Amino acid sequence: MLKELLTIRETHMSFSGSFKKLLLIFLAGVVLSACATQKKSTGQMQGDVYTGNDTVEYLASGVRDRVFFATNKSTLTTASRDVLRKQAAWMRAKGKSLSFTIEGHADERGTREYNLALGERRANAVKDYLMTYGISGSRLSVISYGKERPVNSGSNPLAWSQNRRSVTVKTN
Amino acid sequence: MKKIILFLVCFYLSILSNSAIALVEVDITRGNLDPLPIAVSPLYVEPGSKEIQNEGKIIKNIGEEISKVIEINFRRSGLFNPLKKDSFVQNPDIAHIKPRFEDWRLIKAQALVTGKVSISEDKLRAEFRLWDVVASKEMIALAFSTTPDNWRRVAHIISDKIYQRLTGETGYFDTRIIYVSETGKKTQRYKKLAIMDQDGANVKYLTLGNELVLTPRFSPKNQLVTYLSYFRNLPRVYLLDIETGVQEVVGDFPGMTFAPRFSPDGKKIIMSFAQDGNSDIYTMNLETRVVERITDHTSIDTSPSYSPDGKYICFNSDRSGLQQIYVMRSDGSNVKRITFGKGLYGTPVWSPRGDLIAFTKVHKGKFYIGVMRADGSGERLLTENFYQEAPSWSPNGRVLIFYRETKTNSQGEGFSAKLWSIDLTGYNERLIETETDGSDPSWSSLLSK
Repeated sequence: MLKELLTIRETHMSFSGSFKKLLLIFLAGVVLSACATQKKSTGQMQGDVYTGNDTVEYLASGVRDRVFFATNKSTLTTASRDVLRKQAAWMRAKGKSLSFTIEGHADERGTREYNLALGERRANAVKDYLMTYGISGSRLSVISYGKERPVNSGSNPLAWSQNRRSVTVKTN
Repeated sequence: MKKIILFLVCFYLSILSNSAIALVEVDITRGNLDPLPIAVSPLYVEPGSKEIQNEGKIIKNIGEEISKVIEINFRRSGLFNPLKKDSFVQNPDIAHIKPRFEDWRLIKAQALVTGKVSISEDKLRAEFRLWDVVASKEMIALAFSTTPDNWRRVAHIISDKIYQRLTGETGYFDTRIIYVSETGKKTQRYKKLAIMDQDGANVKYLTLGNELVLTPRFSPKNQLVTYLSYFRNLPRVYLLDIETGVQEVVGDFPGMTFAPRFSPDGKKIIMSFAQDGNSDIYTMNLETRVVERITDHTSIDTSPSYSPDGKYICFNSDRSGLQQIYVMRSDGSNVKRITFGKGLYGTPVWSPRGDLIAFTKVHKGKFYIGVMRADGSGERLLTENFYQEAPSWSPNGRVLIFYRETKTNSQGEGFSAKLWSIDLTGYNERLIETETDGSDPSWSSLLSK
């Protein structure tokens, strides 16, 4: 309940730096409690969302380039929102001359056309979130690759979790 | 592609439509576990015929080659059992005039195909007869003229005429398949549009592989294809004329368009347009360029396919929370969900006969190709596998072609994508051999109608 409320507040308000830090700590607590109560953690996955570091690249020191999704979902996890806030902060610091493409991807366990739509939905979830943190939509374009560009060629749940992703790529 | 004109001449009408005691017939409504034994005699080559070449090699005996193409069609259909030629006792020329039925009965043939072919400078003339061996009767006789390089099509047309005579339904052998040719490792596939005859011959690549291409679909008018291309990293629906090679973007959409198909009259393209995370279904009229929005929902609406009368559209949507199949009127009204079984349903494709919808079902980690009636009743799953999807109907609605991908091993190796076909009955599942890996097959209409 608390988590949902926070999500709503987050997406509709912009926060001052110190308040955000506070909120982050708060969210971390929520993640921990959620972890303990509902989702089983299997090392690199929480539920079926990838939480590890393999395949992840960095836009800058400490700024991960990608976030991961649950099967058939485009909702951003608290960990994903954390990554995206860091992306947004870095984008703001870098100035308006830089623009980005957000690639949406799906795993191989869906039909091709649905996956194209799902990848587009995931990329837009990321774009929307970055925009609420002050990044102009004109700097952000989206492209869906559906299941066409897996990063891990495996046919197992861990590989699929790494492939259900959205990657932010610098375009200039 | 060259324009092909085939002259069809009915030259022997004496026993036309005398079906009162026709004994040989093939029932295709059930799985056929007892295919009809048929002898396909090599076509007799008239002396003085010009030699023709195939891929640089001279064909030694064109009459035998034509009969082989017919035999392969028949065997692959699952309905016929072409008998071994070394058991044939009668010479092709004599058999074509008057078969000794007792000889053919001896090798258990129930039907016999004989023929004659002659080739002059720029003309190939072929005739064939189909004989009912049991009743000692001629069933049909036809002759065709075309250019010599069309000799495989002659074999396919003969196959279609025989199929039609023996099953009562139109054939599907004189057709082509457009698909996506795939090479390279799983994380970096190169994809090209490719077209081939229904039996895998005459492969041609239509794009170079510089950009990702997906989901080609034939127009019912055959020479046009619509597909998704990532040209300049902008995923858009394109229209390609395979005779002229001319292509163009379909419409002027500010975002990804995908999942295209033609309307049954070939005048419209129906597709999805994705914007701000939401995919809806649109049509564009190719003559007037008018774009119409058909669905308006916050869910993903995609994979649209018209009913053959153009009055309805089936599509898949996750508006219920998960991917399911819906049917609506072609103006977008009266949307009804038709799948309520366990699992997810996608890629609905309306049968050219109008009665069935083929689909992909995902349930408990398995992928199924199935069919159901247009109201969602009578679901029948034809085949189960690790991954398979995207069924496309043969023009007579009797066979489905689809693609299948393999599970990789623990090192992530061993990936492949192949084209397969299966009969509507659920029997006769077959791999379709292609030079490279293949996916997203789409079956053309009959080339000669």
